[in-house]
Amino acid sequence: MTLVEDGPAPAEIGQPILELLNGFVMELRSAGIPVSLTENLDAMVAVKHIPLEDREAFKYALAATMVKNQNHWKAFETVFEIYFSIRGSEYDLKNQDDNAEGDNEDSQDEGEGEGEGEGPGSGGGGGRQMTPEELAQMLYNALMTGDQGLMRMVAKVSVRRFAGMEPGRPVGGTYYLYRTLRNLDLDGIMAKLMEQAHEQVGGEMTPLEQRLANDEYEARVDQLRKEIEAEIRRRLVADRGVEAMAKTLRKPLPEDVDFMHASREEMVKLRRAIYPLTRKLAVRLQRKRLHGRRGALDFRNTVRHSLSYGGVPAEPKFRRPRPKKPEIMIVADISGSVAAFARFTLHLVYAISGQFSRVRAFVFIDGLDEVTKFFEGTEDIIDAVHRVNTEADVVWVDGHSDYGHAFEVFWERYGKEITPRTTVLILGDARNNYHSSQSWIIKEIRSKARSVFWLNPEPRSYWDTGDSIVGEYGQYCNGTFECRNLRQLEGFVDNLA
Amino acid sequence: MTSRFESVSVVREGLGKVDYLADDGIAGVVFLADRLGKPVLVEGPAGTGKTQLAKSVAEILGARLIRLQCYEGLDEAKALYEWNYKKQLLRIQAERNTKDSGQTWDDMSDDIFSSEFLMTRPLLEAIRADDPVVLLIDEVDRVEMETEALLLEILSDYQVSIPELGTIAAKQIPLVFLTSNNTRELSEALKRRCLFLHIDYPDIERERQIVLTKVPDISEHLADQVARIVRTIRNLELKKSPSVSETLDWANTLILLGVQNITEAEAVDTLHILLKYQTDIAKAAKELTSTPSKFQKTS
Ligand SMILES: Nc1ncnc2c1ncn2[C@@H]1O[C@H](COP(=O)(O)OP(=O)(O)O)[C@@H](O)[C@H]1O
Ligand SMILES: [Mg+2]
Repeated sequence: MTLVEDGPAPAEIGQPILELLNGFVMELRSAGIPVSLTENLDAMVAVKHIPLEDREAFKYALAATMVKNQNHWKAFETVFEIYFSIRGSEYDLKNQDDNAEGDNEDSQDEGEGEGEGEGPGSGGGGGRQMTPEELAQMLYNALMTGDQGLMRMVAKVSVRRFAGMEPGRPVGGTYYLYRTLRNLDLDGIMAKLMEQAHEQVGGEMTPLEQRLANDEYEARVDQLRKEIEAEIRRRLVADRGVEAMAKTLRKPLPEDVDFMHASREEMVKLRRAIYPLTRKLAVRLQRKRLHGRRGALDFRNTVRHSLSYGGVPAEPKFRRPRPKKPEIMIVADISGSVAAFARFTLHLVYAISGQFSRVRAFVFIDGLDEVTKFFEGTEDIIDAVHRVNTEADVVWVDGHSDYGHAFEVFWERYGKEITPRTTVLILGDARNNYHSSQSWIIKEIRSKARSVFWLNPEPRSYWDTGDSIVGEYGQYCNGTFECRNLRQLEGFVDNLA
Repeated sequence: MTSRFESVSVVREGLGKVDYLADDGIAGVVFLADRLGKPVLVEGPAGTGKTQLAKSVAEILGARLIRLQCYEGLDEAKALYEWNYKKQLLRIQAERNTKDSGQTWDDMSDDIFSSEFLMTRPLLEAIRADDPVVLLIDEVDRVEMETEALLLEILSDYQVSIPELGTIAAKQIPLVFLTSNNTRELSEALKRRCLFLHIDYPDIERERQIVLTKVPDISEHLADQVARIVRTIRNLELKKSPSVSETLDWANTLILLGVQNITEAEAVDTLHILLKYQTDIAKAAKELTSTPSKFQKTS
C-alpha cells in the first residue's frame, strides 16, 4: 500500500473513527456485501481525507471504496445511517420531554465529533411545551415551505410525543414510525395544502398544475417521513447500540431476497436487479459458446489463408462449430405465491433464448396454456410477462393449482413434440392441493426428453410437507433445485446453457 | 506528489464554474480519487453526465483530456501502441536502395524500432505525458475480457514494457475515469482497483440548476417547470426514463417554440423528445393531463 504517501499529511484522526469503521465493515460483510482487504484499507485511508462532518461526501467516499455494485447501495446506506448517525444524550429514550430544553446545544458537543449542520429554521425549542395546535401549525409550515430544518424539528417533536418508545423493547422502527404517522394526519394536511395551492392561482388549476403541485407535496411528505425514520433510528441506536440495531435492520440483498416473500418494495428492487443480471448472463454465455467450442480444422480454408503468409499455414482455420442447440420447454405454475418466481424465471430464460434453438413456454394453474407467442417478436419481456398474466387461459375449475391436471393437458397436447433434444423445465412448489399427482406423466416425459429439471422456489426444508409432492415428481426428474432467490436462479440458468 | 484539490467543496465549486453541476457525492469521489491515486469507475444510466464529468475535471485542472473510446474488438494495438510497419518497410526498402550504406541489421533494427516508428495510442500517451492529463476510458463495458485485463494491468502499474524499447513508466499518476453503462459486469479485480461512483438521475434541485446553466435564455419559472415535469415522468414505471441530456433537449426545444409556461398541450406535443417508446409517451401523456383522482372534488 504505497498509495498513501501522496498528499499532505492527513489530519490526525482519533482512534474512535477507525474503531467505528471496523465495526461498520464487519456489519457490511454480515449484510452480505463483499468487502476485500484492499477495499477495507482504502476505506481506512479515505476517512482520513474526508471529515465526517462532510456527511454526503464522507458517505460516498466510503461507498466508493467498498460498495461496487449499485444493487447493494440500499443495504450500505442502512448500515451507514446506523453507524454514523448523530448521537447524543438528547436521543436517550429516558429523555422523552419533547422540547428537550436546549437540545440543539446538546447535540453539538456530545458524541464522537460528529454533528450534522442543522438547517435554518431549526432553532425553535424553548422551554415551553408545544401545544398540539402549535405542532400542527409547524407541520403545516414545514410542508408548505419544504424547509428542511423545520421538518427535522417536526420529526423530533412528534417522535418524542407520539412514538411511545420504551427503552429496551426489541421492536423495529416500523412500529414506531406507524404510531408517529398515525397521529400526524398527513392526508388531511395534503388536502389543505392543495386547497391553498388552488386559492393561490385564483381557484383555477389545470390538471397539469394539480399534478405537479401534488407531486411536490408528496415529495415533501416523503422527506418528512424520512426525517421521522432517521429520528427513530437515532433513538433506537442510542437505546440499544449500533450492533444490535444493525442486526435488527439487516435485510437480504436483492439477489438474496426470497421470491415467495418479497415485499412490494423488494419486488421493485428485484425487477431492477434482473436487467443487468440478464445482460451479464447473456454476454457470458455468448462468450462461452464462441470460445469454448472450436469446430474441426478447416483444411481448405487454412491453406487458402496460408497464401498470404507465403504458403506457411500460420493461421489455422476452424469450421464453425455447430453443436446442436437444445430446445427448452418451460412449464410454469403461475398461481398466487409462486407467480413472481415464474415471472423471473421466464424473464431470465428468454433473455438468453439465443442459446437455445427454441424456447417454448407453458403456464398453468389448474388449466394450461401455451404462451410462447407472447414472447416471440418482442423485445420487451416485461410486457410479454404481463400479457401472460392477463391473457393466458390457465383456470380450469377453481383456480387452485392442480399439477396433475395441468400435466395431463400438457402431455395430451404437446407430448408428441418432445424430442431427445428437448430440455423440460418445470417451475413450481408442487403444492397440489391434494389432487391426484399424475406423476407417471413426468416419467413419460423423461423417457422422451433430453432432460427434465424441477425448480422449486420453496426452501428445501418445506419440500414434501403438507400438500407438497415435489419428491414424488422429483424421482423422475434429472434434478430438482431450490431456487428461492436471484442468486440461485442465476446459478441454475448459467449451468443450463 | 502534491494533491490537485484542496477540499471537496473546491472540487464542487470548480466543476460548477465550468458548468458541471456536481453533488457532494460526485465531488467527494473525485477528490478522493486524487488523494488515493486511484481510478474512478463511473457507472449509471446513459446521459447522466459520466463522460462529461471526466471532461469537466480536465477542464478545471487545465489538463489535457486523453480519451480511449471503447468498442467491441478494441485491442492492444489500438489501445496501447502499435509499430508502424508500413513506415518500417519503407525505411528498409530505402536502405536497400542506397547500397553501401554500411548499415548492419542491428543498426537497422535499432533504427526501425525507435520512437519514430511507434504509433502511440491513448493509454501509452497518458503514461508518457509530461504535462498534466486526465485519462478517460469511455464505455469500458464494451471491451472483451482480454482487453479489460490489459487495462487493469496498466491501471495497476502505470507502466508499459515494449520489448524493443524497454519499460516506460509514468512520471505522474494521471487522474483516470472509466465509464460504464453496465451492459455487462466488469471483473471483480478491475472493480477492486477502482473507486466506484454511481451517477443516477439528479434530484430536482440539481436538475433545475443544470437546466438553468446549460440552456441559454431560459427563465427560472420554465426551468422549474421542466425539472418538475421530468421528476413526475421519472416516477412512472417506464421502459426508459428521460436522461439529463433529454431534459436539456426538451428545454431547448421549448425555448425554440417560444414557450414560457408549459401547458398540457405543449407538454404532450413535445413528449417524444423526452421519451423514446410510444407506449411510454402514451402513458406519460395520460398521467400529465388527467386530474389526480383524489382532487377531482376541488376542481
Ligand atoms: N451534472 C451535470 N451538469 C451539467 N451538464 C450535465 C450534467 N449531467 C449531464 N449533463 C449534460 O448531459 C449530457 C449528457 O452527458 P454525458 O456525459 O454524455 O452522459 P453519459 O456519459 O453519462 O451518457 C451532456 O450534454 C452533459 O453536458
Ligand atoms: Mg458517455
